[in-house]
Order: sequence, then structure tokens, then C-alpha cells
Amino acid sequence: MTLLRKILVPLAAMLLFLLFWEWLVWAKGWPDYKMASPSDLWPAFWKYRWLFLENGWQTLWRTVAGLLLAVIAGTGIGMVMGFSRIAREGLYPLLVGFNAIPKATVVPIMALIFVGEHDFNTIMIAFMISFFPIAVSVSIGLSTLEPEYRDILRSLGASQLTVFRKIALPKTLPEFFGALKVAVTLAFIGTNLMEIVSPHGRGLGALFDSGKISADYPLMFAVLIALAFLGIVLYYIVVALEKIFAGWAERPQG
Amino acid sequence: MSAEIGGPLPVLDHLDVKMPPGSFTAFVGPSGCGKSTLTKLVAGLMRPDEGQVWLGGQMVKSPRATVGMAFQNPVLLEWRSILSNVLLPLEIVPNKLSKAERTARARDLLALVGLSDFEDKRPSELSGGMRQRASLCRALVHRPEVLILDEPFGALDAFTREDLWQTMHRLRAEEKFTAVLITHDLRESVFLADEIVVMSARPARVQYRMQSRLPKNRDLEILYTPEAVEMLATLRRQIRIAQGRAAA
Repeated sequence: MTLLRKILVPLAAMLLFLLFWEWLVWAKGWPDYKMASPSDLWPAFWKYRWLFLENGWQTLWRTVAGLLLAVIAGTGIGMVMGFSRIAREGLYPLLVGFNAIPKATVVPIMALIFVGEHDFNTIMIAFMISFFPIAVSVSIGLSTLEPEYRDILRSLGASQLTVFRKIALPKTLPEFFGALKVAVTLAFIGTNLMEIVSPHGRGLGALFDSGKISADYPLMFAVLIALAFLGIVLYYIVVALEKIFAGWAERPQG
Repeated sequence: MSAEIGGPLPVLDHLDVKMPPGSFTAFVGPSGCGKSTLTKLVAGLMRPDEGQVWLGGQMVKSPRATVGMAFQNPVLLEWRSILSNVLLPLEIVPNKLSKAERTARARDLLALVGLSDFEDKRPSELSGGMRQRASLCRALVHRPEVLILDEPFGALDAFTREDLWQTMHRLRAEEKFTAVLITHDLRESVFLADEIVVMSARPARVQYRMQSRLPKNRDLEILYTPEAVEMLATLRRQIRIAQGRAAA
């Protein structure tokens, strides 16, 4: 029953949204170059199905690669900031400043520094845009660990490493997954930024770009929907991982 | 022993207290008089600037596995079951127990405090009093020589607190440990301790020591006997002196 509800309710919401969209386009009498309707999208998907599969895969693996890098670097930076007050005070302004730079402006720089390294460039942008929330949440999770938790183990002669492994790490997992959910969608934005702003013919961003050049508006909208779909899939993979590794943090609903 | 933290004013000053093995000593005193510093010194989490802490013929220089601690906050690990929380110290402290023996030990303790049916529950599913019981089991599972209790019942409601006092007596009857209790509750100190030490305001010295005149076996009724009432009155007066509200 609950499983059915968990699947049916979101599906119904999506269906309602598509119906409303279809109705809006129909009621306003918009032509497809102004606003494509859902019924225009299926032909576009079908016509370019192989392109969607290939480019979708390109976007997906580069996003995931960037995200993995963000997880590794973000956790590393977060750990340094979480354990050392000096590192926290020193790194925070630097990180905030870096995060404030619009990544669209970094795209041409990256494209110039690493000419032709399309995969690398794309992964780097996905990484740069998504590591910040992870670093911040890990550092906050570690620095707000109540001293009693540490004392319990330290009074038994446990090493710092043991304290980290047994307490700090698992205790930070809920914050980490919260940040990862934000990072997932950010990483997609990063990948597509590179694919659209610095076109090199690969990824859904490139497909979007070619739709723009050939004035194929249903194709452009179809790309957006495909991106949303990939975003949802990756997001729920993170949710599943969260359930496995940090399910204990979920309170029973009263 | 003396200890200084964050400034020239010592927190503890010439605090000489001897606690014989197996005894139960309660420390009471005004807020901020350095009671928690005392627990950190005994646990070896902090070293005195002057003076020494000795445990069973050995000087305390660093944390040692012969100490168990319970705080006002039960600090149970939310991602572990109650049983697994109690087992935690045995994962840290070197011991020759097999996995089955460790589990048996933890189960025995949980049974002693009445938590047998809650072994597999998560801490979030338990009430405050139950969590504190589990925390006591964790503090004792590795058979420590010294049990440090830093206001462990302070956050509980009055009825639960009295339940836990009785649990504490049960634990004392079954387990061998020297207990150091830090508390604000004079009734608690009278009910639980063999000796009560009143600490002065900062820098804390021993202001007054009282040997309990109550029999070893105690139930809650004992708090209403003339001896207990008299002990309470004396302690209350000493606390007022420590607070600077009454002349010595």
C-alpha cells in the first residue's frame, strides 16, 4: 500500500503537470517554435532515440565522474575544516569566494587551459560546481560533534582515527547525504554548462545546442525533459544509498 | 591536585581526596566549581598542572581502559542498536573475550537494568531513562575499576531519577567498581554515596566531607529517616556556605 502510494502519487503528479502543460499550449494556441507541448516531444524522442541514448550516456557518466570527484575532494576538505579550527577559518572565505564565481565564466577558461580535453573539462566543471555543499556539510557535521561522544571513546584510550571511524564518520553521514542530494543536481548543471557553452558535439547539452541551431524546438524541449529524467534517476539513487547507510537518522513518522 | 584552564585562576586547588576501592563518593558543589574538570582529570582526559591523580597504585597520565564514564547526555550512537551500543567499549579496550562472551556480558548487564526486551531497538526508540540505563551498561561493560558519573540523572524527571538511583544500587551489588558521582542533587548524593564531598566555589577545595551514616542496603524510604534528613540539612548548609550565602 505504502509502496504503491510512493509510486502512484508522484506519477499522478507528473501526469497532471503534463496535462496542464498540454492544455496551456493548446488553449493559448502557441506554435511549437514558441512552446512545444508534451505531445510534440514523443516524436522528437523517437526520431532521435539513438542520439538521446548516446548523448544521455555521455552526460550521465561525466556527471557521475564529476560527482565522485566532488565527494572525494569535498569530504577531504570538509574533514580538514572539521577537525582544525585554523583550517576552517583559513579556508572558508576562500571556498565561499570560489563558490560565488559563476561557473559559466570558468567554462571558457577551462576550455582554454585544457584545449581539446573535453571529457576532462566537463568533469572538472561538474566537480567544481558540486563539491562546495559537501565540504561545508562534512565540516559542520564534524565540528559540531558533541565533546562527550569523543570523551566516551577517548577515555578508553581510543586513537583519533578510531574516534573518527566509530563515531565522527557515521554521525556525519546524514548531513553528507543531504549535501549529496544538492550536489547531484548541481553536477548536472555543471556538465551541461560545459556541453552547451563550449560545444564539442557530445552530451545532451550538445544535442540541445544542435536543436537550437536547426530551430528544432521540440528537440530542445525533449532534451530538457531527458535532463530532468536523468536528474531524478540520480537523485533517487542517492536517496536509496542514504536509506542503506544513514537510514537510522530517519525518524518514524507520527 | 590543581588544574588551570584558560587563565591564571585555578579551577581546582589542593583537592585532596582519597577514595578506597569499591567506595562510592559523591561530589557536590555550586555551579561551575570545577566538578567536570575533576572527572576529566580522573579519566585522564586532562592532566593536572600541579599534583597527581592515582588510580589503583598507578599515576594517571593518559586515558586508561580501567575507567567507565556516563554523562548527563547519554550519548548513545543512533546508528547502533542498544546491544551494539553497550558493546562499544569492548571494541576499543583490548580483551580476550570471544564475540559470544562479549554479547553475553552485555546482555547480562542489560538484564540487570531491565532492558532485556530492548536490545535490538535503536536509542531513538527508547525513553530518556532507558537511554541512561543503556549508557550505564556501556560504562560498565568492560569491568572498569572506576565508574565516573557526571550528573547522569540530571536531565531526568523526578520519578525516573529515583528509579535509576535504585538501579544504581542494584549495579553496585552485582559489579565491582569505585564510583565517582558528580551531582547537584543532594538527595541523590545521600541516597547513593558512602562519602559526600562538598566542594567550595572556584578554585574548588574540599570544603566539607561527610561519611554516610545510612546502612548499605537502601530503599527510597530511607530518605525520610531522621539520619538522612539530618545529613541533607548539613549538606544544604554547607552548599550555602560554598555559594557565599552563609557564613562558615
